[in-house]
Amino acid sequence: MNRTIITVVGKDTVGIIAKVCTYLAENSINILDISQTIVQGYFNMMMIVDTNKATKHFGEVADELQTLGEEIGVVIKCQKEEIFDKMHRI
Amino acid sequence: MINLFEVVETNEMITKENLDVRTITLGISLLDCIDSDLNRLNEKIYRKIYDAAKDLVKTGEEISREYGIPIVNKRISVTPIALVGGAACRTIEDFASIAKTLDKVAHEVGVNFIGGYSALVCKGMTPADELLIRSIPLALSTTERVCSSVNLGSTKTGINMDAVKLMGEMIKQTAEYTKKDDSLGCAKLVVFCNAPDDNPFMAGAFHGVTEADKIINVGVSGPGVVKNALSKVRGENFEVLCETIKKTAFKVTRVGQLVAQEASRRLNVPFGIVDLSLAPTPAIGDSVADILCEIGLEYAGAPGTTAALALLNDQVKKGGVMASSYVGGLSGAFIPVSEDQGMINAVEAGALTIEKLEAMTCVCSVGLDMIAIPGDTKTSTISGIIADEMAIGMVNQKTTAVRIIPVIGKGVGETVEFGGLLGYAPIMPVNQFSCDAFVNRGGRIPAPIHSFKN
Repeated sequence: MNRTIITVVGKDTVGIIAKVCTYLAENSINILDISQTIVQGYFNMMMIVDTNKATKHFGEVADELQTLGEEIGVVIKCQKEEIFDKMHRI
Repeated sequence: MINLFEVVETNEMITKENLDVRTITLGISLLDCIDSDLNRLNEKIYRKIYDAAKDLVKTGEEISREYGIPIVNKRISVTPIALVGGAACRTIEDFASIAKTLDKVAHEVGVNFIGGYSALVCKGMTPADELLIRSIPLALSTTERVCSSVNLGSTKTGINMDAVKLMGEMIKQTAEYTKKDDSLGCAKLVVFCNAPDDNPFMAGAFHGVTEADKIINVGVSGPGVVKNALSKVRGENFEVLCETIKKTAFKVTRVGQLVAQEASRRLNVPFGIVDLSLAPTPAIGDSVADILCEIGLEYAGAPGTTAALALLNDQVKKGGVMASSYVGGLSGAFIPVSEDQGMINAVEAGALTIEKLEAMTCVCSVGLDMIAIPGDTKTSTISGIIADEMAIGMVNQKTTAVRIIPVIGKGVGETVEFGGLLGYAPIMPVNQFSCDAFVNRGGRIPAPIHSFKN
């Protein structure tokens, strides 16, 4: 499995999750887990997704999600899971 | 499974605290390029480096994008050119032509620095070594991306004082040759005692003769991350302080390890080492001096600075060692002046002098780094400063270095702007008393005894 972490940070507004999920569905990216919280007044969401069947390259998905984030007014990042695993797990 | 808070912590380190991978450095052996014909030698060097490094920058950018971690520099280190060019070079211009080849290929493959215009002369100089050293001012003034280093001493061999004297002259001459750029050439020239073979950081990177044909070395950084972590334990005792540094260093180094392994796999080049250094940049918050202040000093240079730096350096190593399968290079805390806003502030406030910096180099990872001094400083004085620093390295069995910039046409109180990662620096006063008779003796200082430690 090719696990990627998508994070969304920004001011809370209606439809953030819907828009991100729609994009993922359109590109055959499967969502494995979603968690969300408000940290210091900011909307924080993390998704763990499986990009194995994705129809586009990683870089393309990352760019398009970033653009989508700009449209909504939030910051969307797309990073492979290993960086977090390496840093927080021995 | 990774949770939201861990993800947020990592991303805050990257976005707010300047966590980055400072450099992926591809080490390339040029020993198999040696030829007695200079043109053929240059051609072989160009081809070998180009073929090995053509995908380096692209690969670095891909890794950076996939993991969301900035990889600031992609660089190359090569076998010391004094060894490679010895058979072909008869004049300093011959050697400088190799520097031009290195510069050309660095531009072609898109790396910002290429290190290894070097000689290893800790015990003696061959004619080729001496010729290369004498060609450094010409080489650095006619190239943009070439970095030069000379190893002048080691714990096992002592200090080559003839070479120390010569390097004092060459540093001054490099400053003269590049005076229209505020003597920038000297920022790309460093002298060492106990130089490591696998250092990924410039200006001192070269590919040691004990290394494999090609190797990937990675340098991590993250002074801002350490400072921020320490800001949460203000007033706590040293145990808490040290534990916090260790944990932070561990996390920072793990990122370096990941990037090093990925780069190694994708470029099909063996992974060498991770250099777990705290390397500051002129960016606000990316400062080793700020960590020292967070530990409890008003300015870097205040009494207690050497102790604070000693514990910082040690905890960074302790935390980082477990995070990487192979640790090497210079590993520790760098204390360059011009590249660290906190250091610059300390100099401007009158808290930090060259003498205090020298004391700090006994416990930091390298040595006197990026220090601007008046352009009229005598060459023998520069040699004296070098000799002092080499002696610290030799006796304490550590790497020490001097990267000092006599800024031609400028004096104490003025500042010099190098730009980019090299930053800017106030020109620091130098002790004016003479060491001429000492430097002019010639010969070498014998290796120190390793018993009767006191």
